[in-house]
Amino acid sequence: MNLLTAVLALPLIGFLVAILLPRSSPQASRVWALASSLITLVASLGLLVWFDRGTAGEQFMVDVPWISTPNIHFAISANGVSLWLVLLSTFLTPLCVLISWNSIKDRVKEFFAFLLMLEFGLVGVFLAQDLFLFYVFWEVSLVPMYFLIGIWGHDRRIYAAVKFFLYTMAGSVLMLAAIIYLYNKTHTFSYPAIMQMLLNGHLRFAAGEQMLLFLAFFLAFAIKVPLFPLHTWLPDAHVEAPTAGSVMLASVMLKMGCYGILHFCLPLFPSAARTCAPWIVVLAIIGIIYGALVAMVQPNMKKLVAYSSVSHLGFVVLGVFSFTQQGLDGAVYQMLNHGISTGALFLLVGYLYERRHSLEISAYGGVATPAPNLAIVFLIATLASIGLPMLNNFIGEYLVLQGASYASFPATVFAALGVILSACYMLWLYQRTFYGKTSESLSHHMPDLSGREWAAILPLLLLMLWMGSYTQTFMPPISAQNARILDLSKQRVAQSPPVMPAVREVANAR
Amino acid sequence: MPANLFPTGVEYFRILPEMILTIAGVLVMFMEAVFTNDDQRKIFGPFSIVALLAALIASLSASGDPGAAFSNMLIIDGFASFFRALVIAVGVIAILSSTEYLHRERSAGGEYYALILFSIVGQCVMVTANELIMIFIGLEISSISSYVLAGYLRDDPRNNESALKYFLLGSFATAFLLYGVAWIYGLTGSTNLDHIRGALQTSTPPLALAGAAAALMFVGIAFKISAAPFQIWAPDVYQGAPAPVSGFLSVGPKAAAFAILLRVFMTAFGPIASHWQPIVWSCALASMVVGNFAAIQQSNIKRMLAYSSIAHAGYILVAVTADSTTGSAAAMFYLAAYAFTNLGAFAVVTYFSRKGEKYVSIDDFAGLSQRQPAMAAMLTVFLLSLIGVPLTAGFFGKFYIFKAVLDANEVWLAVLGLLNSAVAAYYYLRVLVAMYFKDPGGAMDTLDAPGIGLKIAVYASALGTLVLGIFPGWVLDIATRAALK
Repeated sequence: MNLLTAVLALPLIGFLVAILLPRSSPQASRVWALASSLITLVASLGLLVWFDRGTAGEQFMVDVPWISTPNIHFAISANGVSLWLVLLSTFLTPLCVLISWNSIKDRVKEFFAFLLMLEFGLVGVFLAQDLFLFYVFWEVSLVPMYFLIGIWGHDRRIYAAVKFFLYTMAGSVLMLAAIIYLYNKTHTFSYPAIMQMLLNGHLRFAAGEQMLLFLAFFLAFAIKVPLFPLHTWLPDAHVEAPTAGSVMLASVMLKMGCYGILHFCLPLFPSAARTCAPWIVVLAIIGIIYGALVAMVQPNMKKLVAYSSVSHLGFVVLGVFSFTQQGLDGAVYQMLNHGISTGALFLLVGYLYERRHSLEISAYGGVATPAPNLAIVFLIATLASIGLPMLNNFIGEYLVLQGASYASFPATVFAALGVILSACYMLWLYQRTFYGKTSESLSHHMPDLSGREWAAILPLLLLMLWMGSYTQTFMPPISAQNARILDLSKQRVAQSPPVMPAVREVANAR
Repeated sequence: MPANLFPTGVEYFRILPEMILTIAGVLVMFMEAVFTNDDQRKIFGPFSIVALLAALIASLSASGDPGAAFSNMLIIDGFASFFRALVIAVGVIAILSSTEYLHRERSAGGEYYALILFSIVGQCVMVTANELIMIFIGLEISSISSYVLAGYLRDDPRNNESALKYFLLGSFATAFLLYGVAWIYGLTGSTNLDHIRGALQTSTPPLALAGAAAALMFVGIAFKISAAPFQIWAPDVYQGAPAPVSGFLSVGPKAAAFAILLRVFMTAFGPIASHWQPIVWSCALASMVVGNFAAIQQSNIKRMLAYSSIAHAGYILVAVTADSTTGSAAAMFYLAAYAFTNLGAFAVVTYFSRKGEKYVSIDDFAGLSQRQPAMAAMLTVFLLSLIGVPLTAGFFGKFYIFKAVLDANEVWLAVLGLLNSAVAAYYYLRVLVAMYFKDPGGAMDTLDAPGIGLKIAVYASALGTLVLGIFPGWVLDIATRAALK
């Protein structure tokens, strides 16, 4: 058992212990959840220490047979991209425990148990190297989130929870069909083995076959990202979820889809990905602009942040489907950035909600006067989200736009509109919430940040600055892994039967 | 035919389970007449369970020495042993979940246990039969006991309706089966499955007539497995019958009927597979669609589970369509997975419904997680398994089935089936929504903790569901070895 197994097993142990704790003592559940998630965080930081940043490819490999027929292995490993996504999950879980400390009053034990189970599922998704195992974790992460939204959410929580479950399920059954199809063709679920077969030519897809397989995988991922027009579950789920649920959903769960596209779709089905790229890029750009425009007119803060996610995630997809080093680097960086800054925004909206019990922007105004620290912190998160230089999102957006410009300059122009629009809706939100005249009722219910609240938000702010000003800490493993993905995805473009000659020429020209 | 008037010892050994169960059933009837005081009558349940466990052991030991019995009328091969163990295990859980119910309804008679035992004897004969007449006899023993069980609470009009419907439609369907048997005998001169196969391989009989005979038999069996378009009876019968009986009917007789479907169609009708496959294909798709879309509309949980069982019959028919070893193994695994899952779900419904089955609406489950968290958690496991979420038995069941059909290049059936399972998630989630997301309603006021028998039934089913979901290889390996070739 190596460190990576421990990082995966710790949340599971945390979950199992959490369901055994007595219901009568909620404090025990809180303390256990915090302790368990902190231990997992420490273990995952260990990964960072021992991760060999110089080399691309999978590290900390574990491969143990699980089921003999069909041949399913418990195979996990980390690469330069998944490493950071795992860290994002393990880093945000303790913060979510902190912010739920007082706000969750009902069924405390179950809440923290589900949170830990969610962490287990998420970490598993990013580490699984066996397609079957990947699917298992993909579904396992669905169940706790369903309960988190459904039990502890707001008024329309049931509708949101069911919609969330069914959308994801509908996409993932097609992915399951594709996974089984691949198995019947290759007799293995091992992703590295399948890649190897593709590279040495033992496995070939006919053009139509490759396209259908790509679409089956892509649809499951696109729903999760979410890509316009499959995004409609997201505003509901985000708005209705409790704060911790929104944070985990926005910051980590959406990245499952992005990671899936990057890790599986591109290397496995390069020709189909390139054939579909123009369409996907158009959808991504529609998502960027549409998400921003809809965000602008939202009267509800959480909904505004949710639609801003649709916009931001459009950048990730745009970057990935530019098939350039900069585009991919930017996309992955943007995945992390969005995790940090949107996570922070949801967290801060949660703070406001705990004070005023309203998510309507009109219920606020002049909050900066009674709560100056909250205002400052919110401002930093806002500026990060709109991509101010020196803060994290700037780097990601810049790289995505640069990568996209190599592929298609008009796409870049349209996407850049999204950056401008994001400044509009975020600053307008800030203005309406924190400036203006403080109403009498508001000023009494607006204490400034407490120590616990500081503890949850401060790490996020530091990371925004760090990621925005010193990318060297984060970027080298990401770049190395992306170069490898591009390499895997490029090598066979020439070999595969031409799907569309024009696309092939463009791809070769790069 | 080598007339072996006096069967040898090993043949008795091979049908020991049936003998044990028959004797036990008769003894229970005898005790029913003799025992008058209530304390004595409490022995029926434990006695039946002991008999079933003895039969299980006998069945497992008989599987070590496979072979034919009684002039080749019965065959105790791996396939038969798998199903025999399965239906006997189903009987154990069904009885565990019934005792409390019968006590509650003040009708703890011995005949209930005897009927369950006889029904299982019938199912054992069905799964071991190597011959059409034996199949018919087994089917009748099982069905007639089931008809009576469905109407067990004879003062309850719903029970009467259920039993009458089941009996009339069931007899009608059995007549189809018998008519098919007669045709086959007329065409091939034999009722032995291997002889029929041989006759069809040489294709002396006209194909149209053989096809018609197969179709007639399929109608009879499709009724028993509640596959569309022969599913109309299932919702009414499951809703009207006592809850533990519904649970039993949805898995025991169904598993045995699937066993004969697999055996007859893969052995005897194997040579004309390309002709019956399209029919089974359409029935599979129709069952999934009808079951799932009708289940969405239901507000009564027993009715919902009835429609869900139609849909699940559809999934298993998908595996039959593959007409392969992997398909047969997948169907066997699925039936085992479904047995644990559905028995567990019905056991929780049995527990929850209370006297007179007052609380069987899905809305009544509101807030169960707050009053009886353990029972709610167990029902969650069963529902997730019915949806097919990984790490539960239902997931691997679906997985193996869709893998088998993709192996057989039936891509579209697999895709349609998988999409159906996404639709199914919706109605199972409604129960989860009620249990976890709604506040306790009036139905919670009179809810007591479950009794010991029910608890064992529920936990054992949940354990089975999870073990099959995490270590499916144990059962799948057995199923693959035992599957029909």
